[in-house]
Amino acid sequence: MMLEIKNLHVTVDGKEILKGLSLSVNAGEMHAIMGPNGSGKSTLSYALAGRDGYEITNGRILYNGEDLTAMKPEERAAKGIFLAMQYPVEIPGVTTMNFLKTALNAQRRARGESEYDAVTVLKRVREKAGLLKVSEEMLKRALNVGFSGGEKKRLEILQMALFEPSLAILDETDSGLDIDALKLVAEGVNALRSPERAMLVITHYQRLLDYVVPDRVHVLSAGRIVREGGKELAKELEAKGYEQIVKDAA
Amino acid sequence: MAAVETREKIAALGEKYKYGFTTDIEMERAPRGLSENTVRFISAKKGEPEWMLEWRLSAYRRWREMTEPNWARVHYPKIDYENAYYYAAPKTGATPKSLDEVDPKLLETYEKLGIPLHEQKLLAGVAVDAVFDSVSVATTFKEKLGEAGVIFCPISEAIRNHPELVRKYLGSVVPVSDNFFATLNSAVFSDGSFVYVPKDVRCPMELSTYFRINASETGQFERTLIIADEGAYVSYLEGCTAPKRDENQLHAAVVELVALEGAEIKYSTVQNWYPGDEEGKGGIYNFVTKRGDCRGNRSKISWTQVETGSAITWKYPSCILRGDDSVGEFYSIAIANHFQQADTGTKMHHLGKNTRSRIISKGISAGRAQNTYRGLVSVHPRAANARNYTQCDSLLIGGECGAHTIPYIESRNKSARIEHEATTSKIAEDQLFYCLQRGIPQEEAVALIVNGFCREVLQQLPMEFAVEAQKLVGISLEGSVG
Repeated sequence: MMLEIKNLHVTVDGKEILKGLSLSVNAGEMHAIMGPNGSGKSTLSYALAGRDGYEITNGRILYNGEDLTAMKPEERAAKGIFLAMQYPVEIPGVTTMNFLKTALNAQRRARGESEYDAVTVLKRVREKAGLLKVSEEMLKRALNVGFSGGEKKRLEILQMALFEPSLAILDETDSGLDIDALKLVAEGVNALRSPERAMLVITHYQRLLDYVVPDRVHVLSAGRIVREGGKELAKELEAKGYEQIVKDAA
Repeated sequence: MAAVETREKIAALGEKYKYGFTTDIEMERAPRGLSENTVRFISAKKGEPEWMLEWRLSAYRRWREMTEPNWARVHYPKIDYENAYYYAAPKTGATPKSLDEVDPKLLETYEKLGIPLHEQKLLAGVAVDAVFDSVSVATTFKEKLGEAGVIFCPISEAIRNHPELVRKYLGSVVPVSDNFFATLNSAVFSDGSFVYVPKDVRCPMELSTYFRINASETGQFERTLIIADEGAYVSYLEGCTAPKRDENQLHAAVVELVALEGAEIKYSTVQNWYPGDEEGKGGIYNFVTKRGDCRGNRSKISWTQVETGSAITWKYPSCILRGDDSVGEFYSIAIANHFQQADTGTKMHHLGKNTRSRIISKGISAGRAQNTYRGLVSVHPRAANARNYTQCDSLLIGGECGAHTIPYIESRNKSARIEHEATTSKIAEDQLFYCLQRGIPQEEAVALIVNGFCREVLQQLPMEFAVEAQKLVGISLEGSVG
């Protein structure tokens, strides 16, 4: 089992958001977490990444059998946990290429691997950039500064391709994308599916799942998984709406 | 690539202020305290001509009538000027003629500072003058510069060998009575660099001076004078470090730049005097007067400074835009951490027609530090079509520090165009989390974000210094978050 979440309770600003969430994901699988606004989707992704302020009050998260609870975010990253963010942040003055090199080498250093020189990093980035239509010009601009919504999301997926994580969490990667951008991003995600890698796709809408087909779908409501099923559950959700599904589950 | 270099350097350093060591070398000092005799002692030590002694004595007498300025936003206990030493020099006998005659302990000191003085080991294209406490200990590449007609030597040597140039220009930009600290410097300055670039000569290499305070209880008063004759160009860099000491030490330098018609001077500083410890004990009081005179038409003076050290910084590198079509620039990064206080900025005096100035200031405050930008843009009635652009950005790290922006604007010509922009921001939690999530540890993330914030200024530095400056940015902010 790559990821095993047991009875997870998470509190943010003194308010309990996740109330006993359990979930298991095997290597090679893609799971979708769907749920209405405020159900705790982003809280789950931040808790997995170890963001400050997301306090685990009960339960635990096992990643390849190791308890993540006390691990720093950067240590989790070095161990192969990647979170594609819903709102990628801007860092003025830091070129995208510089950021990629710094991050990649920080992860390698933490794993006791040798660092890549600038030429090697550039080569690796270029290899991945083509599919996602990330231009050389974008790589020279400051990280996410002045990027469109689609550009920001493509860059998140580029980073995922570059860092080659074992567990990738995609938080609302489809939000704010038009259909062409959505297809491009989906293609990028599908290219990264592999027997060694697990993916957790967090989304409000079903439309991304037309292009990125999950093995399992989980419905999150009020901090708990209320229903699980195969990919057809996403269609059912789309047809009936969250309210009905949640009511049925209760 | 910057951040990785930054991190590598930080890792290599292993401690916060790596320049904090002292060199155990026999010193010769002037008697403690300040009197006419101190001034005479220094002048005699330097073998100065009578006119120079008189110049110093007149400064000393004026200084006695002056009071220390108190308008800056810095606070410190009263300095006891009678209880300090004003001259300290390694006991080496005569001035060394070549590097072979320099005390090996001094060479070792500069090696430790990362400034090897052996010419073959030097970065190609950078000539160095090394000032240790009150004297210059070595100047490299003198011959090569001599071929181009460039004079680059300790100012004490210039006073003896080029009196006509020194008499003509010394005090012509910063007059003897300019301000309390400049006047004090005029009385007791001991060494510093002198540069003269002749007409239409482009100086073939970067010139650099490395200032080192070593002796305890001793002030450093260096004096630098740079003259670019008509159509000449020179780029000059200075670096500064000092040992860790519990006491506060005074550094009161004066720098004068003169750019004649069509000349350009680029002056860069990486100031890393000991900033004091995390409780605010010790550190250098850095009271410096730097001014450039764009004396000729179409001349240009550009100041770039990276101020990371000193307990107190009081410094306003300025430009007098006297010549028509002359250009003044000021690019500044000022970092204050722990209990450091910085009050720094610039003055742009537009006197000539079509004069232009540009001010880019990046202030970073962390810990309990206070960081003030103080600047003046003044346009004279005669300065038709003067233009200024000012941008002051402040970055706050943590909740106990302060950033202040005090711009003064005086325009007496209706055709002047003056723009001022200012921002204050914080390193956002989401920026830090984003970096952490991508595997970049906290201190490296802070260094990365701050280096990004300072990018416009860092780009102004010559290559060799840009790397050192980036690494300094990271080091000076260690322990500022978390």
